[in-house]
Amino acid sequence: MSNEWPLWEVFIRGQHGLSHRHVGSLHAPDAEMAVNNARDVYTRRNEGVSIWVVPANEITASAPGEKGPLFEPANSKVYRHPTFFNIPKEVGQM
Amino acid sequence: MYAQEVKSTGKGLKTLEEMDPEERAFQEKIDANIKIEPKEWMPEGYRKTLIRQISQHAHSEIVGQLPEGNWITRAPTLDRKAILLAKVQDEAGHGLYLYCAAETLGISRDQMTEQLLSGKAKYSSIFNYPTLTWADIGAIGWLVDGAAIMNQVPIQRCSFGPYSRAMIRVCKEESFHQRQGYDIMMVLAKGTPEQKEMAQDALNRWWWPSLMMFGPPDAESVHSVQSMAWKIKMNTNDELRQKFVDQTVPQAEYLGLKVPDDDLKWNEEKDGYDFGEIDWGEFYEILKGNGPCNKERLGARQKAWSDGEWFREGLMAYSKKRKARKVAAE
Ligand SMILES: [Fe+2]
Ligand SMILES: [Fe+2]
Repeated sequence: MSNEWPLWEVFIRGQHGLSHRHVGSLHAPDAEMAVNNARDVYTRRNEGVSIWVVPANEITASAPGEKGPLFEPANSKVYRHPTFFNIPKEVGQM
Repeated sequence: MYAQEVKSTGKGLKTLEEMDPEERAFQEKIDANIKIEPKEWMPEGYRKTLIRQISQHAHSEIVGQLPEGNWITRAPTLDRKAILLAKVQDEAGHGLYLYCAAETLGISRDQMTEQLLSGKAKYSSIFNYPTLTWADIGAIGWLVDGAAIMNQVPIQRCSFGPYSRAMIRVCKEESFHQRQGYDIMMVLAKGTPEQKEMAQDALNRWWWPSLMMFGPPDAESVHSVQSMAWKIKMNTNDELRQKFVDQTVPQAEYLGLKVPDDDLKWNEEKDGYDFGEIDWGEFYEILKGNGPCNKERLGARQKAWSDGEWFREGLMAYSKKRKARKVAAE
């Protein structure tokens, strides 16, 4: 049992023009079969209009331990959100 | 349930104070309903218990195709055949979602397959009963998928991200399974006396095994406490079983069928049904491998695996050859 088919991550674009979204993974011998399998496994109910498959071992992920240094700096930059600024009602739509 | 015999490594529950900082931070996350993701730190026991639970669940979905597959070629109409085919195909999908979730914990697909085929890993006791008539297909959808839904809906909220997400997909698809089963039962129950009798016979045979699906009584489920603290088990076996009985009895009444339990009685005080003693001896025999179809089911999986070997290897060889050619051409 050494010759296991490699793992692919599957991304599907839904009906409504949104970005491809990760839906899960599957095993397949090559990219073409991975697309075929993804169609059967992840789009049995019209869930998508387009499929991407990516070899799982080609994905580089941020490490869970880096969560702090990566994402915490954004916490203090509240001025990036429009609600930070109080604009008087009289000014109108903005 | 679909994972009826998950032994967690629990040596009794630790309090937060007794935990080392890592484990304590982990438990506090779970208490705050923050999902655990595969690469994050987790106690070895959590990882091991989840691998057992998710792989048992996956195996159940896969082996669960066999009793129903038995009727695909003999479904009474083309419509019923197409519906059953779609239902069984969904179950294959459920198995795949779950295998992938388990793989994120560091076990390979082949390892899990090997554990199933060698008999080391379990699957749900329910799939070791035979499907003797078409009405069994109705009873399975109605009762077996019904019981599965009862168990799977709360696991959507479990603490492990990939398992939770797999359950959300599964639950979206399950309701069709139960409804198509009940629909078969409705047609038979309204049919000729022989058809109604067939429906009753199926209910008689599937009722008690369906109640067993929820696993041993709480008093005997020694491993539940740790699993519940980890939020990989959300309700006790008896809680879910009671809920299932309360929901299902009126459905049987609507069909004009009799639940095969003379002790079944509405209990006003607890606002639920009292029901008879389950034959746990039968349940444990099946888990040991002595049910009516254990050998047949495992045999079918072993045959499928070895018959498919040339195919799996052929496709892999072809893919390697093409890759090598591509590299050579560059
Ligand atoms: Fe399922
Ligand atoms: Fe199902």
